[in-house]
Amino acid sequence: MKLYLRYVSVLLKSQMQYRTSFILVTVGQFFIPFFMFISVLLLFQRFSTIAGWTLYEVALCYAVINISSSLSECFARGFDTFSMLIVRGEFDRILVRPRTTLLQIFGTKFEFSRIGRLSQGFIALIFSLMYLDVSWDLYRVLTLLLMILSGTFIFTGLYILGATLCFWTVEGLEVVNILTDGGRNFAQYPLSIYQEWVKKFFTYVIPFASVNYLPLQYLLNKANGNLLAHMLAPILGILFIIPCILIWNFGVKHYKSTGS
Amino acid sequence: MIEVESLSKSFKVAKRSAGIGSAVKSLFNPQYSVVNALEDISFQIDEGEIVGYIGPNGAGKSTTIKIISGVLVPDSGKCKILGNTPWENRIKHVKNIGVVFGQRSQLWWDLPVIDSFNLLRDIYRVPEGEYRKTLNLLISILDISSLLTTPVRQLSLGQRMRCEIAASLLHNPKILFLDEPTIGLDAVSKIAVRNFIKTINQERKLTVILTTHDMNDIEALAERIILIGKGQILLDGTLTDLKKRFASHKIVKVDFTENTKSINIEGVKILNRSKESMALSVDLDVIKVSDAIGFLAKDLDILDVSVHSRPVEEIIVDLYKVYQI
Repeated sequence: MKLYLRYVSVLLKSQMQYRTSFILVTVGQFFIPFFMFISVLLLFQRFSTIAGWTLYEVALCYAVINISSSLSECFARGFDTFSMLIVRGEFDRILVRPRTTLLQIFGTKFEFSRIGRLSQGFIALIFSLMYLDVSWDLYRVLTLLLMILSGTFIFTGLYILGATLCFWTVEGLEVVNILTDGGRNFAQYPLSIYQEWVKKFFTYVIPFASVNYLPLQYLLNKANGNLLAHMLAPILGILFIIPCILIWNFGVKHYKSTGS
Repeated sequence: MIEVESLSKSFKVAKRSAGIGSAVKSLFNPQYSVVNALEDISFQIDEGEIVGYIGPNGAGKSTTIKIISGVLVPDSGKCKILGNTPWENRIKHVKNIGVVFGQRSQLWWDLPVIDSFNLLRDIYRVPEGEYRKTLNLLISILDISSLLTTPVRQLSLGQRMRCEIAASLLHNPKILFLDEPTIGLDAVSKIAVRNFIKTINQERKLTVILTTHDMNDIEALAERIILIGKGQILLDGTLTDLKKRFASHKIVKVDFTENTKSINIEGVKILNRSKESMALSVDLDVIKVSDAIGFLAKDLDILDVSVHSRPVEEIIVDLYKVYQI
């Protein structure tokens, strides 16, 4: 962990060598998803609820997913651009150093400009919390934090899976963006508004349901049955990273390296 | 110290002919051919040796280095380096080794050199006191104190290479892998790098494995060479052995007072001749150099004699020819 912080401070130093471009990208990162949030607002101008969810409820869901997706983009950017490491042969370098490959790849990149998107997520969160009629107790706050954490883990796991594919294809595959970007776009809304197969996919294959739908029901007093199960559902999302890491380690053994 | 036993590795390479048509075809029906990069490679290296690992492009040099440095997993074979198998105990193994890939930097491009060094200290968990000591030593022998605060991207290639080598030794490894360390360097930097490798090898008993295409590197550094071609070890011996085996001729150059008498000595071939000098090739299997000079002295009034061995470069070219690689 100490080493990770050292990596981040080194990357921050490097980043500061290019200050102007950093500021522009950060601002851009704020506005692109901001317009998406506007479109959510416009949607609710036409329809007051979607499948029984109000604007502020959807905004909460939107905020959680966007915060966790931008957090994972900050931390796990190295996996998103992992094909570059392979193409440039830098993964060889990582393998001859006495630390785990995962830690070192987390340390290759830290996308500071995602602070733009992150703050946009927080604005959506504040907006929803201001208007939502929910009494916030300790359990709810904990669940909310757990949701964000869990989402970050799921997105990170997806990035790791995508990077693993590079061991076989060398070039990065856009396929994974369907899962990360697509997953984010789907999971911005409560999953109950979608068709059955979409729900099933995002529950059993990629457990976004454990981040948004299930704990969201608990937060908003919509849950039936076992409340504890709804509260702790995000933990399943966190566990999603374990198979991802196992698959990654399997992939490393199949690394072929490039050039001389 | 390093034991490698019947290491083999093959790669699947996608076959594709030129043109868009075949590119599309290969997308749906990829054809592969198997390339045996390494076939049954075995060798042993002892502590303190400097070994030159040579061979033409594509012979399997880099593949070997990558396997024994823990980057690649071989198809079969054994390898023990200080008790570790590189691809099984990667993290333990790489603590003992330093690696310089001549064409790839291990320093952080945008940062001053010293920042990279400090980060490496943390990566390798080098205790502060030991780190200071090693760093000071490296700075003084490699003469890099003035470079430490310069961002890596502003260094010249020669300066960068000196910093790269320093970076690979900060954690006091017992083995150093150098993959083409002098590639692209000017003469002064080349000699500086060679001298340094020699010094550090003697002072610390550092084992060095060196791949290069520059035979001067080999001549200056390596006592032992391993020649690899088409994935197999063709020759493993000292440089002197190699010279004896493949340099059966010496070149003798003679200056003399003007003379046009014809020279005919068995085992001696005249390469070129002018009125006052000539160059001869002496076949050592037939005649000794001293005898040949003796015969010459009878006919000529010799002013100066010099004896040359064939350059290693030429010997290696011959070797490649002999083994058809």
